[in-house]
Amino acid sequence: MLDALDRHIVAATQAGLPLVPAPYRAVGEAVGLAEAEVIARLDRLMASGAIRRIGVVPNHYAVGLTANGMSVWDVADAAVAEAGARVGALDFVTHCYERPRHLPLWPYNLFAMVHGRTREEVREKVARVADLIGPAARAHDVLFSTRILKKTGLRIAA
Amino acid sequence: MPLDPVDRAIINALQGGFPLTPRPFRDAGAALGLAEDELIARIRRLIDSGRLSRFGPLWNAEKLGGEVCLAALAVPPERFEAVAEQVNAHPEVAHNYERTHALNMWFVVSAEKPERIAGVIAEIEAETGLKVHPMPKLQEFFVGFRVEV
Repeated sequence: MLDALDRHIVAATQAGLPLVPAPYRAVGEAVGLAEAEVIARLDRLMASGAIRRIGVVPNHYAVGLTANGMSVWDVADAAVAEAGARVGALDFVTHCYERPRHLPLWPYNLFAMVHGRTREEVREKVARVADLIGPAARAHDVLFSTRILKKTGLRIAA
Repeated sequence: MPLDPVDRAIINALQGGFPLTPRPFRDAGAALGLAEDELIARIRRLIDSGRLSRFGPLWNAEKLGGEVCLAALAVPPERFEAVAEQVNAHPEVAHNYERTHALNMWFVVSAEKPERIAGVIAEIEAETGLKVHPMPKLQEFFVGFRVEV
């Protein structure tokens, strides 16, 4: 769990790290901590999974990855953990989760988000996922996003 | 304007693993053959031109004490715009996408208090008269979170 100082660091870095030679010192000055303390806390937050990663976050559309397909798979419950681990390891899959089925409308329990430059490219990548999962996948579909209806960032209070 | 090879190298190499050192741009730049000030200027330009949505830590909402749940609706086409407005009016709805399926509206509900998720879903069902299908994560698989550009 995060303490109050961690939450100050979250609030100070939500919009991004300062683009200066010593960004952690700058964050420290903003929240009243020494540079080494900011680095130690970020290191701990990475280890605990509170930070997924630190780096550049591409705008998929602006870098040409305009096709975004949510591939969904009906995988036997006993095989889903292994299939998920293998699919998540593909470099074009950005999210991979097991979620509940809603029968009969929704038989799919494994979700893998696939990005590409065109829908055709996404379909080719989905075919590679299908090969990887093999016969454990009883059915699948790809849902393309046709419109962003709302997108707001994560907002955490300090 | 297309990405040049240096921009591509930066985006491909730095989607994670930015150093936790006193001079991280110098250290990350060394691996890319870029000077510290050049890497900073390039990242600034990629942000300003919208190629990067941001630069820095990517926080995991759930680990910060919040709860996030994906949910889907099958909206009759003639009511789609009106229902989108009803759903988007909830501040807890962070993202909402139209998708190609009978379940044609997919949104993410996020709240600091986990019990609020069910509350928002119940409100949306009452307002729209439509059944919301919650799709909470049962298991998250590791992903490298890198896309090649």
